[in-house]
Amino acid sequence: MTESNFKRFVEVGRVVLLKAGPSAGSIAVITEIIDHNRAMIDGPTTDVPRQSYPYKHLTLTPFALTKLPRAAGSGVVKKQLEKEAIVEKWKKSAWAQKRAAVEKRRSLNDFGRFAVMLAKKQRTDVVRKAVAKAKKA
Amino acid sequence: MARSKEIAPGVGRLSRSQVFAKRALYKGPKKTEKPAAETATGYVEKSVGGEKNGGKRLVPTTKAPRFYPAEDVRQPKKSRKSPHAPSLRNSITPGTVLILLAGRYRGKRVVFLKQLTSGLLLVTGPYKVNGVPLRRVNQAYVIATSTKVDVSGLKVDEKFNDAYFSKPATKVATSAEEEFFEDGKPKAKEPFPASKAADQKEIDSALLASIKKTENLSKYLKASWGLSKGQFPHQLVF
Repeated sequence: MTESNFKRFVEVGRVVLLKAGPSAGSIAVITEIIDHNRAMIDGPTTDVPRQSYPYKHLTLTPFALTKLPRAAGSGVVKKQLEKEAIVEKWKKSAWAQKRAAVEKRRSLNDFGRFAVMLAKKQRTDVVRKAVAKAKKA
Repeated sequence: MARSKEIAPGVGRLSRSQVFAKRALYKGPKKTEKPAAETATGYVEKSVGGEKNGGKRLVPTTKAPRFYPAEDVRQPKKSRKSPHAPSLRNSITPGTVLILLAGRYRGKRVVFLKQLTSGLLLVTGPYKVNGVPLRRVNQAYVIATSTKVDVSGLKVDEKFNDAYFSKPATKVATSAEEEFFEDGKPKAKEPFPASKAADQKEIDSALLASIKKTENLSKYLKASWGLSKGQFPHQLVF
């Protein structure tokens, strides 16, 4: 039997990122698979109410709760999420940090964007000088 | 047009006569007295020569017109609206940094000082920072940013009104020659009035002091605004 190349599966306990709806951008856990279109999700630590959600509005993350039984209630999900520190792991991941950075850039006002432009110019200047120096040597 | 709900700007659901009937102002007691009718007869008595002419005759003071227009010309409706200054956008308060979108200084970031009675906005660069003088702009042609310059120490004089910016009335030159040339040479350029230069300096000095307090703010005001690829103004936060 050959092993699958896929690493993330739709399974009970899989942590998912919501792409649409009022809680878009938050993570939740699959607690039950309804059919080939929808799953029951729950995010008691991320303010996502227990609800059915179409897979096309979900993205699978590399994280999963290892010991979550089928159709677990919010209390159990919360306990396990806290035990495995999923939210902290998610926040530390490059993916989440990139999302946060994009979000922050988007919320900057005109003056903020100008300040970023200045900072970028400064960085470029430092890099350029360092490269020139290294080339000479 | 409160009774007659608008179906399009300036167009009410009810006609003028329908509104009149609905308001029913004709029903109440009369509040005004009719003006006393003029008692002038409109005739003058003139003595007429000749035996059989009766000696005198009543002649109307104003001659009746010889022709009457054959067709009735409809009179245009008199507008009863009075002009008043437009209200200021909520996002614009004294000290707000505005981005000018039209005119000679388009793309410049300027500081808003106050709204004039005409509804135009009084802004300044400040002149020292980006070369925009004290100037009036229409608020329709600015983007208000959320950046504010502290103007608590600035007192904008009452003299900065619409009249301050209006051009002095000059007599019309009889010819283009006279307008541009003098003694066969091009006319010397009129110097900028010293009083206005002093006004500009006074306003700017207070502004510059508070601009200095924030890092990069002076650079920000000096730089022009523009959109780069992939930027859309409706998606940006200002």
